[in-house]
Amino acid sequence: MNIDSQTDEFHHVQTAHCENGVTTALLRYHGLDFMTEPLAFGMGSGLFYIQIPFLTVNNGPAISFRTMPGAIFKRTCKSLGVEVTRKKFSNPVAAQAFLDQKVKEGVPVGCQVGVFHLTYFPKEYRFHFNAHNLIVFGEEDGRYQISDPVMEDVTSLSKEELSRVRFAQGPLAPKGHIYYPEKIKPITDDMIRKGIVSGIRRNVRDMLSIPGNFAGVNGIRHTSNHVRKWRDKLGLRKASLYLGQIVRMQEEIGTGGGGFRFLYGAFLEEAAGYLQDDRVSNISEDFTKAGDMWRASAIKMAGVYKGRLTEQKDFEEIADMMLDIRMVEKEAFQKLSNLKLGK
Amino acid sequence: MKKEDLPQDPGALDKFTREVCYVKNDEGKYETALSKGWDVKKQALDSAWEEVNERVEDARKAVANGEKSPVYYFMELRLMDLPVLSGYTGIFPFFIKRHFKPSVFKGLSERKLEKYAKAFDITVDELKNFKG
Repeated sequence: MNIDSQTDEFHHVQTAHCENGVTTALLRYHGLDFMTEPLAFGMGSGLFYIQIPFLTVNNGPAISFRTMPGAIFKRTCKSLGVEVTRKKFSNPVAAQAFLDQKVKEGVPVGCQVGVFHLTYFPKEYRFHFNAHNLIVFGEEDGRYQISDPVMEDVTSLSKEELSRVRFAQGPLAPKGHIYYPEKIKPITDDMIRKGIVSGIRRNVRDMLSIPGNFAGVNGIRHTSNHVRKWRDKLGLRKASLYLGQIVRMQEEIGTGGGGFRFLYGAFLEEAAGYLQDDRVSNISEDFTKAGDMWRASAIKMAGVYKGRLTEQKDFEEIADMMLDIRMVEKEAFQKLSNLKLGK
Repeated sequence: MKKEDLPQDPGALDKFTREVCYVKNDEGKYETALSKGWDVKKQALDSAWEEVNERVEDARKAVANGEKSPVYYFMELRLMDLPVLSGYTGIFPFFIKRHFKPSVFKGLSERKLEKYAKAFDITVDELKNFKG
């Protein structure tokens, strides 16, 4: 086998979360073989919680268990000194011409797309969600070869199909957003360690000291307070749909389970290896616990939207579970903060 | 979550892909495993679709009763809301709301109808002639 041509080849990577997957696969393509999904997620400070005020998504509360779209790729590349090119377009023709040029050069690129018109997705998953990410890594018989990180295998899209999803409309419209690593310098273990430490510190800051009461660990309390009122305020039917929305944001494909908490636990475990620090892997256990608690709360919520649990006390119990989760996560991040990593 | 506890409940992803989950193996270390799905989240998705179907049905009735225009029905059918439909058509939400009125809809220019039809993936005739 020819080793040279092998390094030129793009390898599909299946991951839990699409943006982690694009980051991991593109950086690996450029020779950063150590890159894994948990590492990309942690260096990019991916863990978060927010209930965005006054906003509804698909007629439910706008809740997210991770940081804003695009941030993971940006931060992870930056902390490794990788220069990134990103472009948005107002004109679909120009967007396609630019993509075709990159494909011709043989450079795999990340694209932000909307899933509503994404033909290979199952119909049940095709809502107007515009922050999905995939990689275009070639062209065959007039179709783009697509590596979608949440899928087991690679797939393909016609030019029209891809153009359509790149110009999906509505909140977070991708506007043909295309991005790829440009210049990569040799990476030392020391740089990886620094990236891990700054990723953890930024995540501690985001979760513990972000202003306002609707984001970070306090955001969980914010939602918990809402849950207590939902049954009286919205009626049982709508309240149960709202709980369903939380569960979907938390457990659906793309999260790795437990609202990304397991993914963060996996990151800390890996980080402990790089940092040679057992304290970090002990804290990893706290996130596993938090993830398990989120899963337990999801089971309880399912009882409501299945119509088995209907009382106000059930909503109170769910709200209390969320407060417990908040305490576990708050303590875990405080422990991380007290390690004074990098000082 | 332990590896042996990872649910394998088939759902809407069945013919599409299995999903990566992060689980603990026997040695207490993290690894990835593939899951077919989980009933808890499947039911959340199902109930979201029940709600969508109900909204579409309500919209259909509203058109049949002459309370709303076809624009409203197709917006619901395509799971859109005002900001999304505004994005696809370039028409401001304030005007879209007016176009929900059957009386205003009747007087819409061909150009506006085309914008809506394109956003809904249907022909202008299908849009104009939808009676609920």
